[in-house]
Amino acid sequence: MAREIISLNSITFRYPGGDHDVLKNVSFSVQEGEWVAIVGHNGSGKSTLAKLMNGLYFPDKGSIQIVGISLEKDTVWETRKHIGMVFQNPDNQFVGTTVQDDVAFGLENHGVPHEEMVKRVNRALKQVKMDDFLNQEPHHLSGGQKQRVAMASVLALRPDIIILDEATSMLDPTGRQEVIGLVRSLKEEQEMTVLSITHDLEEAAKADRMIVMNQGEVYRTGTPREIFELGDELVQLGLDLPFYLKMGNALKAQGVQLSGQHLTEEELVNELWTSHCKK
Amino acid sequence: MMEKMIFGRYIPADSLVHRMDPRAKLVFVFAFIAIIFLADNVWAYALAAIFTLASIWLSGITVRFLISGLKPVMILIAFTFVLQLFFAREGQVILDLGLFTIYEEGVRQALMISTQFLLLVFMTSLLTLTTTPISITDGLESLLNPLKKIRFPAHELALMMSIALRFIPTLMDETDKIMKAQMARGSDMSSGPVKDRIKAVVPLMIPLFVNAFKRAEDLATAMEVRGYRGGEGRTKYRLLQWHLRDTLALFSLVLLAGLLGSLRIWL
Repeated sequence: MAREIISLNSITFRYPGGDHDVLKNVSFSVQEGEWVAIVGHNGSGKSTLAKLMNGLYFPDKGSIQIVGISLEKDTVWETRKHIGMVFQNPDNQFVGTTVQDDVAFGLENHGVPHEEMVKRVNRALKQVKMDDFLNQEPHHLSGGQKQRVAMASVLALRPDIIILDEATSMLDPTGRQEVIGLVRSLKEEQEMTVLSITHDLEEAAKADRMIVMNQGEVYRTGTPREIFELGDELVQLGLDLPFYLKMGNALKAQGVQLSGQHLTEEELVNELWTSHCKK
Repeated sequence: MMEKMIFGRYIPADSLVHRMDPRAKLVFVFAFIAIIFLADNVWAYALAAIFTLASIWLSGITVRFLISGLKPVMILIAFTFVLQLFFAREGQVILDLGLFTIYEEGVRQALMISTQFLLLVFMTSLLTLTTTPISITDGLESLLNPLKKIRFPAHELALMMSIALRFIPTLMDETDKIMKAQMARGSDMSSGPVKDRIKAVVPLMIPLFVNAFKRAEDLATAMEVRGYRGGEGRTKYRLLQWHLRDTLALFSLVLLAGLLGSLRIWL
């Protein structure tokens, strides 16, 4: 049985100077090697969760455990070593003047010796297929490429957990596919734990488990299939259903016989083109 | 016009000068600036000029390229030349124009000062043309390192410079975007009286500043999350390597200083 790698116990949090609790009694845990998607509309508190898990803020009530270490002000640098984060804006997290300098930045901070650093930079860039761009400057890269470099910067530090904080929301569909594809292959090959915070249900559908946040509380937890059973309830929470789900629902409304939910476009298409044979 | 300007631009190539250690180049240029003031006669200037031309030749950059790229500076030099020409009032009269008189000393002074200026501009441009801004930053950090003892923030300064360099193109793009957005809303920035044009810049600067602060905040978070805790205990990815050629370059400068000094005494 996989061990619990992140656990949040009844977290309550209010921003300094804020007038309401952004998070109310939030508890959940993430198992090692799991891909969990946290979804919710703007202001549901999902991004605040990321900030708390990385010790950028500390909860007012409750406790957080990262790889078994309790996250406190004294242990924050220790826990940060286990977590890599990729943020929303590809430009604002690119620190180095070139691709390789950016990947090296985190390693420099951790005092990694030079030879080891060169090896790790090259390896990480190979993993994200950006090794042809070593000396490229950020303004010559696309958004998707920059996010891949951000992933490489995280990978070079060899964390146990990757948190994607709306990492695909500013990308075009191609860039989004690139990043999601990369996350999936990393998760499978390296058995990394992935926590993706997103309002894109299509991205969330690829996770092992989904946590739906609403008004600072955990609204529902379950596999994507279970969550999508909620249907219109999700729309009422301010979330936009993926196209193939809407399509499936619309077809059912028209009286087309379909079996349950489809989690990918392919599933829906497959059922549609074979449906005639089954009759 | 901006494309032709070579101030602060880097020209990628693989010459001897390009391969030099940025620290050596920085020390070289600053020492050269001091040494050139030792020259006080025609021979000394000729020697300094030959030295400068030799350096330019070693960098693989042509003098013609330098001159065409430094046109605005050339105009300034020409201006000081003319000013010096009428300023000095010693020696034989060469030309009497009634209102202005040109003396022998004036010509000498004008020639010397403009040569001095020209050589300085050539040498400093050579530094920026053959060294990437980030190497200059690394070189500066390394040279300023001893000052850390008196709490001079060498690492912070270098990091600030490198982040500024990193964000110049990003902010340029953003300025362009905001400008277009404002123009689409009917703002006119390129015509009308100066007062109106200055006013039209305000709606450009405000969003730019607001965004820059937002970026700074995001960047600070991203840096902290990747373990940045100041210069203490950091290792360096870009290493500076001192070679024989760097020592030789500095040695040549000592030689030049010696020659210029002796010319000053003997002539």
